Amino acid sequence: MAGSVWAPISVSARPATAVPARHSAVVRVTHWVTALCFLALLVTGVEILISHPRFYWGETGNVLTPALFQLPIPASRATVPTGYGYVLPDQNGWSRYLHFQAAWVAVLTGLLYVIFGLLTGHFRRNLLPARADLSWRKLPAVLAQHLRFTAADEAGASSYNVVQRLTYLFVIFVLFPLVIWTGLAMSPGIAAAFPAAVTVLGGQQSARTIHFFVSVFLLLFLLVHVVMVYRAGFRNRMRAMISSRRATDRNHHE
Amino acid sequence: MNKKFSRRQLITAGAAIAGGASGLAVAASLARRYGLIPPDNSGLYGAGETLTYAAQRLLTRHAFAREFAPSQISKPPFANAVGPLGEDFQRLQEAGFADWRLAVDGLVARPASFSLAQLKSFPRRSQITHLACEEGWSYIAEWIGVPLFHILDVVGTLPQARYVVYRSIERGWWDSIDMSDSLHPQTLVTYGMNGDELPVRFGGPVRLRVPRQLGYKSVKYITRLTVTDGLKGFGKGLGAAAPEAGYAWYAGI
Repeated sequence: MAGSVWAPISVSARPATAVPARHSAVVRVTHWVTALCFLALLVTGVEILISHPRFYWGETGNVLTPALFQLPIPASRATVPTGYGYVLPDQNGWSRYLHFQAAWVAVLTGLLYVIFGLLTGHFRRNLLPARADLSWRKLPAVLAQHLRFTAADEAGASSYNVVQRLTYLFVIFVLFPLVIWTGLAMSPGIAAAFPAAVTVLGGQQSARTIHFFVSVFLLLFLLVHVVMVYRAGFRNRMRAMISSRRATDRNHHE
Repeated sequence: MNKKFSRRQLITAGAAIAGGASGLAVAASLARRYGLIPPDNSGLYGAGETLTYAAQRLLTRHAFAREFAPSQISKPPFANAVGPLGEDFQRLQEAGFADWRLAVDGLVARPASFSLAQLKSFPRRSQITHLACEEGWSYIAEWIGVPLFHILDVVGTLPQARYVVYRSIERGWWDSIDMSDSLHPQTLVTYGMNGDELPVRFGGPVRLRVPRQLGYKSVKYITRLTVTDGLKGFGKGLGAAAPEAGYAWYAGI
């Protein structure tokens, strides 16, 4: 049983290799490395955030200036008036170290993935929606169907529908670049070298605020993604992303 | 056992690993030669720290921190609370910092000790820059002082100099910057702020402002500069008190 994730699916006595790989090796490896980095970035990002859970717009902001909004959570620094009678432990040191280390791994992995995707036609084949699917009449129908999971069948297991394709493209080519850009725009070194990258965002505090919101969107994506994988058949989809095999045969017999 | 990898996949993976490893070795030796390795390069987060420092040094070596218009100065600016500064500081403060000294030693031709008045007699630079704390808050202020490179010029820095170590009157608080920051025109031995004296809350009488890095590199109440070719002999050899407390030595990010 423990080995069943890795072992060939033999219920139908059909060799597993007869089923084409759902995901290529590069997609699978970059997926899990990114997942690990995202988790590290999320935890450390929250740690860094709680040292000053106030957000501003423009170049500057501190406890003496009005906040755009403040999260109703306790802080890890006594200087922030939170209304809570206590201060959380300060974990910024290792959080900042790990945040940037995970960011490096995520960015390099993302570059590898994008280069691979462009060279092999992965984006064109698997993520770019067919023109015929991009009609305002069809999209709500696909979305409704997708949310009801009526399409989690053979076709759904080997290809993405138009809603999935658009979501993945948005995450890969809009949210990820934006979170990297706004993160870098907070760096005093990068702000010195590329001032325009900061000013077009409205300033370093604006960059921090956008960084927060993009991270929230990425977290929402992650939650929906995990729920969808779970509802579509957790074991099956996990197997596809780990060992490239689908357990479709087995599922038909179960 | 089922065949998980094709021969082609194995060859490709092998070539990628071999190429990656030799690439890393070449990169490491080049990085050492061009001073791209930070003192806190070992340990769990050393790889990320080295990548950040090396990448930023390659991109920002000659970059200037943004300077702002007087209308953008934050009113009022904010400063973190500082702990009690001790009797020595109090004594100096009561005398209006007339006896404050900034000693310069290490790899210099003419070690010296400057009074506040002497520092103020040097060429003066005023700049309106952004100070961001690693916590997330920030402000813009005008900083007035003498560029560190001028002081290094006066004492005659020797060619093998690689870092400047600076110490605060606050016990146990010290830091260091590389020559790229030390010789940068915006790195300022600051004694004034927003057209006035530098308030004690903001690091007065003398604070080293390093505007291309986060606030914690701009150490308050500095009393001594030491020019050195290595950081091994200072504290735990991590280049500053900050990494000994778990914070990165390089704070350009």
